[in-house]
Amino acid sequence: MINKIWALITGTQVFRSIFRHGYPSNDANRALVMFSNVLLHLHPVRVRRGALKIRFTWCLGGLTFFFFILLAITGVFLMFYYVPDTRRAYNDIKDLGTVVYFGNLFRNMHRWSAHAMVLSVWLHMTRVFFTGSYKPPREFNWVVGVILLVLTLVLSWTGYLLPWDQLAFWAVTVGSKMAEATPFIGSAGPFGPELGMGPENDIRFLLLGGTMVGQSALLRFYVLHCLGLPLIAAIFMAVHFWRIRKDGFSGPL
Amino acid sequence: MAEAAKIQIDKTDGGLAALIKKSADETRSPEDTVLVWPHLVFVELISILFATVVLLFLSVVSPAPLEELAGADTTPNPTKAPWYFLGLQELLVFFDPWLAGVVLPSMIIVGLIIIPYVDPNPKGKGYYSFSERKFSMIGFSFGLALWYILIVIGVWFRGLDWSWYWPWSDWSIHMSVTAVKLVDLEFLIQDFFKMGADPVITLGRYAITSANIITWVFFLGYFAVGFTIPFLFLRSFYNKLGFIRYNLVMFFFLSMCGVPLKMFLRLAANIKYVLVTPWFKI
Repeated sequence: MINKIWALITGTQVFRSIFRHGYPSNDANRALVMFSNVLLHLHPVRVRRGALKIRFTWCLGGLTFFFFILLAITGVFLMFYYVPDTRRAYNDIKDLGTVVYFGNLFRNMHRWSAHAMVLSVWLHMTRVFFTGSYKPPREFNWVVGVILLVLTLVLSWTGYLLPWDQLAFWAVTVGSKMAEATPFIGSAGPFGPELGMGPENDIRFLLLGGTMVGQSALLRFYVLHCLGLPLIAAIFMAVHFWRIRKDGFSGPL
Repeated sequence: MAEAAKIQIDKTDGGLAALIKKSADETRSPEDTVLVWPHLVFVELISILFATVVLLFLSVVSPAPLEELAGADTTPNPTKAPWYFLGLQELLVFFDPWLAGVVLPSMIIVGLIIIPYVDPNPKGKGYYSFSERKFSMIGFSFGLALWYILIVIGVWFRGLDWSWYWPWSDWSIHMSVTAVKLVDLEFLIQDFFKMGADPVITLGRYAITSANIITWVFFLGYFAVGFTIPFLFLRSFYNKLGFIRYNLVMFFFLSMCGVPLKMFLRLAANIKYVLVTPWFKI
């Protein structure tokens, strides 16, 4: 009975237009699914057995991507309840814990995923180094990976300011003090004052949109955290994955 | 193209092409490769599910912190950056902000980026190996260890006033700070050799004493000696890399080794700066 209903559903024109082949339970369909599914087509149809070993990749690159997706999903949820206004940002975060259904869970998941992503991206880089997978022809993909690592750290850091509590405020104040010390373009850095850099025109001012961490800084960090940096990271990720797909795994022959 | 070439060889070589084809078939034989669905897709699914369970568990047992409302009038003590930047913040004990917060991180990023272009060793690609690439493995692991050790110190051993706290110390009271007088290397040299403090040369704001010149000799000498020793005694290392790669590798390697060296000079000899100019201090 169930089989009959299932056959009826899968036989319709609508179903056939979405899934162009049967369930991947035979080799032909297992190959077709890789061609016809946009998410799965990141994979080749076949891989070498050696590349499958968990002890070779530790799934770290894939997990990093998964954490990014998880962060995007939980992040969008948090955006519904958060306004980047210094007068209400802190209370919005408080409301997540007391008023919003599952608010705490989403916030905690967002935070732990962010920690996990920073850690997994470091470990992934370490693994790629230890297996020599950056060697020709994959040199440039290593460079893209380093850029993604930096983007991950900046993404995490911009998110750190958003709760607008003491932890956030002072961590970013300390961080932006560093920007002030940049050589040539920071007001307190080597050769900065010689080149006419002051608190009102140096790199720190550009970063914060002011001379201290305030409303402009919160808005800048919010826009970069929710829109700018994820977009840039997604573009680099596309390049990163595409090149892995083209070059194949570096596993032993 | 490859197929055509093989066929051509077949006519002339008497068996070589058959051998090439056999080896090619062996590496591509069904026994050596498996279908991505189900073999890889399911590994990915299980690792994703496992990660989700771990994250859900952590989210329940360890909620995200939320402190008092941000205010510029009360400064927490200590003010700590996010954990992944605490290694750099720890470096602030030993270096000025322009080095610890800007130049050293930039050098880490650039150093990482150039790795594939300065490592001409074709061995050790696609498998874990130490013996086939000793220098690169030791160099990378050394940097990695430095990075993680500094983070661990910053997270778990730095308390009030950025003083050193053991896990069993009382973190609510200030450590009694024994007055350590930090001194610049320049003045140590000046006292040791009984040199005059009068400038030998004056370049604008920069009054250069003879002791200051010696610190320059030490600083540049560290790099000069470091560049020269492998060139003289490990010529095969130099030859493998070539001129440009060798200089890049040595510059980043010696800079990396310079970080713990400066930390050692601070801790062992209370040296604040090894090199002082009016514009920057190292």
